[in-house]
Amino acid sequence: MSERLSRLMPARLRQLIWPLMALAALLLFNGLFTDGFARVTIRDGHAYGSLVDILKLSSRVMLVSLGMTLVIATAGVDLSVGAVVAIAGSVAARLIVQQQIGLPMALAATSGLCLVLGAWNGTLVGWLGVQPIVATLILMVAGRGIAQLLAGGQIITVESSGFSFIAGGYFLGLPFPVTMVALMLLLTVALTRGTALGLFIEAVGNNETAALFAGVNPCAVKMFAYAFTGLCSGMAGIIEASDIKAADANNAGLYLELDVILAVVIGGTPLNGGRFDLAGSLVGALIIQTLTTTIKMRGVPVEYTLVVKAVVVLVICLAQSPELRKLLLQRRASA
Amino acid sequence: MKFRLSRTHIPLLATSAVFALFYTGASFRYDGFFSWTVFVNLLHDNAFLGFVAIGMTFVILAGGIDLSVGAVVGFTSTFVARLIAHQLHPLPAILIALVIGTGFGAGMGALIRFTALPPFLVTLAGMFFMRGLGFAVSLETIPIKHPFYEAISEFSLRVFPVTAILFLSVVGAAIYLAHYTRFGRAIYAIGGSEPSAALMGLPVSRTKIGLYALSGLCAALGGVTYTFYTSSGNALAGTMLELDAIAAVVIGGTLLSGGVGYVFGTLIGVLILGVIQTIITFQGTWNSWWTKIAIGVLLLAFILLQRFLQSSAGRGGSGVANPAMARNMPVIRP
Repeated sequence: MSERLSRLMPARLRQLIWPLMALAALLLFNGLFTDGFARVTIRDGHAYGSLVDILKLSSRVMLVSLGMTLVIATAGVDLSVGAVVAIAGSVAARLIVQQQIGLPMALAATSGLCLVLGAWNGTLVGWLGVQPIVATLILMVAGRGIAQLLAGGQIITVESSGFSFIAGGYFLGLPFPVTMVALMLLLTVALTRGTALGLFIEAVGNNETAALFAGVNPCAVKMFAYAFTGLCSGMAGIIEASDIKAADANNAGLYLELDVILAVVIGGTPLNGGRFDLAGSLVGALIIQTLTTTIKMRGVPVEYTLVVKAVVVLVICLAQSPELRKLLLQRRASA
Repeated sequence: MKFRLSRTHIPLLATSAVFALFYTGASFRYDGFFSWTVFVNLLHDNAFLGFVAIGMTFVILAGGIDLSVGAVVGFTSTFVARLIAHQLHPLPAILIALVIGTGFGAGMGALIRFTALPPFLVTLAGMFFMRGLGFAVSLETIPIKHPFYEAISEFSLRVFPVTAILFLSVVGAAIYLAHYTRFGRAIYAIGGSEPSAALMGLPVSRTKIGLYALSGLCAALGGVTYTFYTSSGNALAGTMLELDAIAAVVIGGTLLSGGVGYVFGTLIGVLILGVIQTIITFQGTWNSWWTKIAIGVLLLAFILLQRFLQSSAGRGGSGVANPAMARNMPVIRP
């Protein structure tokens, strides 16, 4: 076992080293130059501070990136996560406020519905063989409309202490969403590394035809990945609705898919499938949130936030591009 | 040359049939729907979506995607408005904006070609970048007041306003470019299989950079049209426009895997989106979210139709029957 570990560790670490270095650089920069960034105070047994905020604010992207990592590992992509977040918020709010259903039942029903929505994507991609971008585009376009329909075109406010605990509460001194991320990470790792599922996902992503001949059912594997992403998005939607104590079908999860895909790619999972790295995706999500928080705390004018984000993201992606490295090495060799 | 109905024409025919069905159906149902005004307005209201969708058609035909177009529309509209507010004549202002859009697209194309980063990712970063630049130009709506602008906005040839004329002529130019030039043929070849195109000696780098530049130019043109349409510039203009554009292209019968499709189909796709919007306006009692749901349902229908056609063509038929196989082919560079 230990021999296997030592053989595996360097490769795993090598994969993670770039995103970890980027995160470390960002944190170091802030620790040195941004006042009050590294300060974490504990009041009433709850931790407060920028670092805790980063953890809490990135929890939605982290949750969804777990599912998205699996989808991208099957050489797919799920554009509909933002729309599913909006639907989850509308459904949960409607069940709690208008149908007066108990909180556990409402949350279970919402999660179940999101699982079904994910399975719908999985059906289109797996069994009907539609390209992932197009297949999930359907739910991305129609989903926001459905969310608005469910909410009746209004913002449904939810007054429920139990519901607001999900985003606002604390567990073990940390914001509760962090616990949700930890639990989902454990579940995902147990499913993909504890069973052969992870291997199947990588096989399908690497070469679907070969996987099929090796006896793997690509349809079922894809179905699992998309349904799981649906579930993760549903949980993120509940967190988002709980955070603002309302379901806003227009703005909930807007552009979430982009942040999530960036997190996964920055984390070292290639967009064309194959190997995947769950820890890397979480680091990627943390990088994106740290970057956003840094930009805010450094007092960069709001209007430049996106420009800075675009440039940093591009630099990180370029640093990871083997083609660019090869190109630069060739230049140096010929010079 | 004799016209033969091939498999790739069926989505185009289906799209045209849906458009005709919607249009005649609505004409029977609503008074005043079947009129020149409504039809011309269809062209006028959707011109900026149309430009963006035409640029997108070329990118998708080559197997790529461009998510930055909506942001380019937003940036161009504020930029032009800001320049005019600074006493620059609209004509050079528009020219500068078009050059920036083209250059920006070319830059993204070069990145995609030479770093082998996925187009999805590069244009996503481009989208953030352009949206940010738009905000940097101005966070608020800038009105445009200039005699030249008013003259252009009010100019019309018989019933056709200038935007509609511009739109139709760009469609014509795009059809020529796609089907009657070397550039167009190279795009189809790259979309079919990039390694094969490179092995055939086609100028892959030049074509790819050129086609993202073209998409940038079309998006900038869309932004300029937006300023004619609203007489103002807004950094938020064109939010989510890339989705509508992709939807129009797909509904128009172009395969997202590249290599199959027609510019004319995109025109019909844009008109279908426009007709849905117009019907919902005429109905009055329906809410705008039905637009999104209707577009989603249409997308689903057309995608399933394409799948059906592809699978009935048999294995190894037109298009990429198994994307996994195409992906695992070695990429050979000249």
